[in-house]
Amino acid sequence: MAMLATDIEAAIRASLPDAVVTITDLAGDGDHYAARVVSAAFAGLSRVRQHQLIYNALGDRMGGILHALQLTTAAPSQEIPA
Amino acid sequence: MSDIQSKIAALVGGTDVVLFMKGTPLFPQCGFSSSAIQILERLGVDYETVDVLADPEVRTGIKAFSDWPTVPQLYVKGEFVGGSDIMMEMFQSGELETMVTEKGVARAA
Repeated sequence: MAMLATDIEAAIRASLPDAVVTITDLAGDGDHYAARVVSAAFAGLSRVRQHQLIYNALGDRMGGILHALQLTTAAPSQEIPA
Repeated sequence: MSDIQSKIAALVGGTDVVLFMKGTPLFPQCGFSSSAIQILERLGVDYETVDVLADPEVRTGIKAFSDWPTVPQLYVKGEFVGGSDIMMEMFQSGELETMVTEKGVARAA
């Protein structure tokens, strides 16, 4: 089971149109990704709430066809390490 | 509240630090659970773990409990803190250390 990086980005953008999404395929197997997402929608939210917005965008795919997604989230004003 | 949700609430409320994970601290069955254990060890707190692979009801129920689709999940003093990515960010920034100190979490002997 796997998911294309472009599909992950599209799903996130569908919920958060302003999101800047950077996807890294960690294992090269289309099943273990890291995603950095920067969106104004995250401003003032806890990390848990920020990640929940992404999980909601991905819906059933998370934990289903998408096994592992390492997440880093931030609002545009916040620095996140590369 | 269903039986399984009550059971999870009791587990989470019964111990200061509870990690729901895949496998056990000695034999984690997933890289994310393994890194969560390493963080708790480095933090030096007493913690309990719940192996979701040992109980399908808990495995499903914990996702609904916190509205969070993945395991591991860390709870401190009954409050959901996050998964392994959030644990790692908070550990590296020192926020996890601050949080367990402020909440008066027992340190491992």
